[in-house]
Amino acid sequence: MARKESKVGGVQRLKASLQWLIAVAALSSSWQALADWSALNMTRGVTAISREVYDLHMLIFTICVVIGVLVFGVMIWSMLVHRKSLGHKPATFSHSTKLEYAWTIIPIFILIGMAVPATSTLRDMYDASGADIDIEVRGYQWKWQYTYLSDDPNQEVKFISSLLTPPDEYYNRTPKRENYLSDVDNPLVIPINKRVRFLITSNDVIHSWWVPDFAVKKDAIPGFVHEAWAVVEEPGIYRGKCTELCGKDHGFMPIVVKAVEQAEYESWLAMKQQEALQVYETVGKTWTMAELMETGEQVYAQACQSCHQANGQGIPPAFPSLVGQGLAIGPIDAHIDIVVNGKAGSAMQAFAAQLNPAEIAAVVTYERNAWGNNVGDLVQPRAVNALISSKE
Amino acid sequence: MSAVIENHHDDHHHGPDKGLMRWVLTTNHKDIGTLYLWFSFAMFLTGGCMALVIRAELFQPGLQLVVPEFFNQMTTMHGLIMVFGAVMPAFVGLANWLVPMMIGAPDMALPRMNNYSFWILPFAFSMLLSTLFMEGGAPNFGWTFYAPLSTEYAPPSVTFFIFAVHLMGISSIMGSINVVVTILNLRAPGMRLMDMPLFVWTWLITAYLLIAVMPVLAGVVTMMLMDIHFGTAFFSAGGGGDPVLFQHVFWFFGHPEVYIMILPAFGIVSAIIPTFARKKLFGYDSMVYATASIAFLSFIVWAHHMFTVGMPIAGELYFMYATMLIAVPTGVKVFNWAATMWQGSMTFETPMLFAVAFVILFTIGGLSGLMLSIVPADFQYHDTYFVVAHFHYVLVPGSIFSIMAAAYYWLPKWTGNMYDETLGKTHFWLSFVGVNVTFFPQHFIGLAGMPRRYPDYALQFADWNMVSSVGAFIFGFSQLLFLFIVIKCIMGGKKATDEVWDGAEGLEWTIASPAPYHTFSTPPELPERSMA
Repeated sequence: MARKESKVGGVQRLKASLQWLIAVAALSSSWQALADWSALNMTRGVTAISREVYDLHMLIFTICVVIGVLVFGVMIWSMLVHRKSLGHKPATFSHSTKLEYAWTIIPIFILIGMAVPATSTLRDMYDASGADIDIEVRGYQWKWQYTYLSDDPNQEVKFISSLLTPPDEYYNRTPKRENYLSDVDNPLVIPINKRVRFLITSNDVIHSWWVPDFAVKKDAIPGFVHEAWAVVEEPGIYRGKCTELCGKDHGFMPIVVKAVEQAEYESWLAMKQQEALQVYETVGKTWTMAELMETGEQVYAQACQSCHQANGQGIPPAFPSLVGQGLAIGPIDAHIDIVVNGKAGSAMQAFAAQLNPAEIAAVVTYERNAWGNNVGDLVQPRAVNALISSKE
Repeated sequence: MSAVIENHHDDHHHGPDKGLMRWVLTTNHKDIGTLYLWFSFAMFLTGGCMALVIRAELFQPGLQLVVPEFFNQMTTMHGLIMVFGAVMPAFVGLANWLVPMMIGAPDMALPRMNNYSFWILPFAFSMLLSTLFMEGGAPNFGWTFYAPLSTEYAPPSVTFFIFAVHLMGISSIMGSINVVVTILNLRAPGMRLMDMPLFVWTWLITAYLLIAVMPVLAGVVTMMLMDIHFGTAFFSAGGGGDPVLFQHVFWFFGHPEVYIMILPAFGIVSAIIPTFARKKLFGYDSMVYATASIAFLSFIVWAHHMFTVGMPIAGELYFMYATMLIAVPTGVKVFNWAATMWQGSMTFETPMLFAVAFVILFTIGGLSGLMLSIVPADFQYHDTYFVVAHFHYVLVPGSIFSIMAAAYYWLPKWTGNMYDETLGKTHFWLSFVGVNVTFFPQHFIGLAGMPRRYPDYALQFADWNMVSSVGAFIFGFSQLLFLFIVIKCIMGGKKATDEVWDGAEGLEWTIASPAPYHTFSTPPELPERSMA
């Protein structure tokens, strides 16, 4: 009799818990309608491969949810019903060969069901044969350099792409605007419906180049060149991130890819090639102190500031101060040399690969005369150019 | 207590020494177990504070509290301290307390070495923590310390980090040799391997894993040391070395390491669920074989942490298939636990609550692990918060919950007093809610595209980061309640019976509560074979 009562009690408790569950489900579904789906799930992307990856993700996710619901369902049912407080007496079984075989073998078939589509997608991703455009992607602490490779070195276009968000925004001094930490000064521009191959490498530590909309993520590793590719189908701006810890500004080196129509791409490329030619002219002319200081300040903000800081004080010992000490007030040749060639075994990069001679001349002049250094001398771009050429 | 003294009056056994020297010089497995557990808890709180610094900074977009350099030191130290300082020593502490009592041995086989293995740790971690106060700061290259960020580009304190890792490795190797020797030589007469409780089995297998891989870790940090100070170029591309080699060697250690942190948890849960279901563990034999299979597989799947380093497709496919296979023995374990609960007569005291939460939440972590094994999808998941969610699900409501379950389950045996059940349940529910509010949203953040180890993030990730931070503070502060409960239980409380739990089986429940300072000085008579 007592047993029966407790059973009735159990059923009531079950009903009560079911009502709870329904209430929670109703609440969460109405809430889901409000929530932005893109904040919860993987992007579908804009390439055939990225959609394949998305479908694969949804397939394995669904399988995992079904397995979870079944296993947790059994456990929760058991916890609600097989309780001592309901007078349930323990069974005495402790193994079942049939059951154990079943739950060893059935999962193997489920796994095969996942492995088959995964293998086929992976084979598609690894087919990098033939490309319409080759772009070298080179990671630096903490920016990307893109080089449009060409058989004719004069046609090569090369530029640095770094974070556009100013420190004032991430130090909360000014309001955060749209695309906070996701915008760059010079986006990578590619044409749509062309097979673009990315040749990914690094100049210092390991970075990783990730554009979710292309389902491309490849580590940029010094000493290695890895390839990945994408055929983008829709024009648009696609944003990505560095995904391998690469030092202090790992979170501050975003990727922006602008996919445009072929014609627009061609005119953009021609413009970039024109700009490269103009650099040769600027190197040849004689600059005034004011010109050098003005350009130098801009270059410093883009290339030097993240380590040596806006006030030149650096973050010792990793990033030494440039104020009133060291090469910045020492012999000018040594100062130019460290900017051009970097310093082995330290975070100081060889900027000859990133900046043109005019920019290097300007930034060296700026460092020697800013923050009260006031050394008073200046360096002309052609002197820097001569130094670089003599090394080559 | 008086009963205990009477029992052992004739044995010329003496109790513990008095004062501090008892703890410094002790060779008693119970004392050393206690030392390990307290040390681990101190490290858990230390690493936890670092996690709260991280979550506080990530509460909203922008840099409010710390600069990125310090943020990276926090993520690095949090990982190192939790892995090597909290989880591993906690399991060694439990092994010290429980293995001899479960197999009917008087102590660990190598008591003096046991003392050394513990006392190395405070030095190792003092050295590691001291780097926070050095010029250039603490290690800031992530707990996985990938070269060349950790070699050519590392702060000067990296050398201290390397020696600290060496010390931890020595401690772990000595501890595991002790466990292996104890289990293989000191079992009560008549106890066959397949009669051992699963906690003993899982620890035996874990100890072999440790002996196999800690030297690999020592090797990789030594190669770093050579690169940094002695002009070699193992990992430097500029010198003809290979940065990817670092990752292969590291993960050859790292993947078994992951199982080192979960196999003893399997053993704990396999002890607790049968007790509170009042029903024998389902599929004992298959549990043992599944544990051994997982341990074997752990050696051949390491590069699934490296799917994006540009391996050839054959390598990617091999590591994907091998990794997927782990789901099979892991599934067997989960099904066995569910089958143990099925048709039982369950009660839900605190240890059972933690154990059941372990099974469910660990399985969620296991399922996301299966998703991560699928290479094309992993390209999208890799190094995002999805991975952070995955490994925290298996480590926090996995390993940590199992350690808490174990603490509640065996505390009455250790102290002789029952803990406060109401407070224990409160601690459980706060932890359970806190852990899920912290880590479940991280799946969303990761899928939506936020990389891990970011001190600041784009605005679309703001909402869920805020939720996650709130959860972290709930979880973090509720651990102070745990500290209070344990101290309260040590100070007094309802006296525990020898058996403690009415469904408990095993030799440790046949001795007095609290366990006398010396137990099983003469080997116990085994009850008729019940396990086989």
